[in-house]
Amino acid sequence: MNAVWPIATVVVKELYRRKDFYVLFVLTALITLLMGSVTFFHDDRIARYLKELCLLLIWVSTLVIAITATARQLPAEREQRTILPLLAKPVSRGEVVVGKFLGCWLACGVALVVFYLFFGVVSATREHAWPLTNYFQALWLQWCMLAIVVAMSLAGSLVFAAPSSNATIVFLVASAILLVGRHLNTVALTLPEPAQTLVYALYFALPHLELFDLRDLLVHDWAPIAWWAWAAATLYALAYTWVFLLVAWLSFRRRPLV
Amino acid sequence: MDPILNIDNLRVEYRNRELGQGVTVALADLSLRVNAGEVFGFLGPNGAGKTTTIQVLLGFVQPTRGSAQLFGVDVREPTARQRLGYLPELTYYYKFLSAEELLRFYARLFRLARGEAERRIDAILKLVELESARRRPIKTYSKGMQQRVGLAQALINNPDLLILDEPTSGLDPLGRMKVREIIDRLRGEGKTVFFSSHELGEVETACDRVAILHQGQLKVVGPVAALVREHQASLEQVFLRMIGYPPTPTPA
Repeated sequence: MNAVWPIATVVVKELYRRKDFYVLFVLTALITLLMGSVTFFHDDRIARYLKELCLLLIWVSTLVIAITATARQLPAEREQRTILPLLAKPVSRGEVVVGKFLGCWLACGVALVVFYLFFGVVSATREHAWPLTNYFQALWLQWCMLAIVVAMSLAGSLVFAAPSSNATIVFLVASAILLVGRHLNTVALTLPEPAQTLVYALYFALPHLELFDLRDLLVHDWAPIAWWAWAAATLYALAYTWVFLLVAWLSFRRRPLV
Repeated sequence: MDPILNIDNLRVEYRNRELGQGVTVALADLSLRVNAGEVFGFLGPNGAGKTTTIQVLLGFVQPTRGSAQLFGVDVREPTARQRLGYLPELTYYYKFLSAEELLRFYARLFRLARGEAERRIDAILKLVELESARRRPIKTYSKGMQQRVGLAQALINNPDLLILDEPTSGLDPLGRMKVREIIDRLRGEGKTVFFSSHELGEVETACDRVAILHQGQLKVVGPVAALVREHQASLEQVFLRMIGYPPTPTPA
């Protein structure tokens, strides 16, 4: 696994040298800054609503960054044939998959830290409070959620032919899980067999990305979650990330490169 | 003496997806050995199976049957490529990196110590005459410069075996001269060079031994001088005979 870190650093370099990445990055930071600093009639509810919007924007932007950046990694390597000199070195395909994952995940992490810094600074100037534990838990679990999404996109990039179709499908799946994932079990109860079993199976098989959403902690200044729950969510993300990386490796390991 | 490159009964078949069935045999039971210190020419017309052989040696393509080893290690193992340098036919490099960054990246993949890597980067960039452009992104390079980056990356680990896939086909005159210089230098250092080429004059002067491949089958292998003597002809004429040219007229 010695090649993983050099591959990851090249991925990070590529992402931070791309113009489209900066457009989204700067735009989100700017909107967060603007929305977070606006005060309407000194009404707490409006301020909370704006905070909620800022965090939603951060969630959507990081999802878009994670999916679009990851979806093109392996297809671009194969299309531009940069994979040939890379795999002519003492590098295994497993190392390429893990290196690409790590690079994209780290780049998402850096973007996430910057977004939360903007948000935190703006909130702190108005509320004169800096709930560090809340920020840490929210940021960490969002980053864990992005690990699953990045691994899913990487696996998808080996299944679907075009990066754009992969990105669209992964974005729709992730959004669907975030919006309706938690309700699938109640939906299952209303269905006849065998649809009930199928929806139940789906409920238990899907990675529940909504578990990582701690935005309410920051919006409503709630107390941090229990550390055991935080650790369990981290392990849950680790397990799903590992499964998706395994799928990616199994799909990539014997695939002809040319 | 153990061969550095060993191919045993290698067979590669591709399924014809467009036709729904049937297979194309890209390599038919190829066996070949290349010894340490040899400059070995791998010849054949387009579609003969030269690039497929190289792709199997580099682990890009899985053989249908047979085996191949580099330095006694199965080519499917990444460690088989630790002492290998590879120059592809065309330039395929990360264009957002500079030549220096690209070479540093590849040096890290070979696990070269930082000091040694920097020394080798300096020496190789000097050799391929890219010193003045070392910090510019590769996307700003001319085609000839990009091809010299290819040469540089193939030499970053001071390889014991250099595999060159048609190394002079797309090169500018400076690049061609550099390839010839590098082959001569490696020969002087006792390194092994395995290259496929269409430039028969170049092969005749540079190679100790050649193999001629046609339609996936090995037609002949041996020292250049012995082949020329045996057939009483130039290497080009030997090559044409081996691939069945001119074709024998069919009786009316």
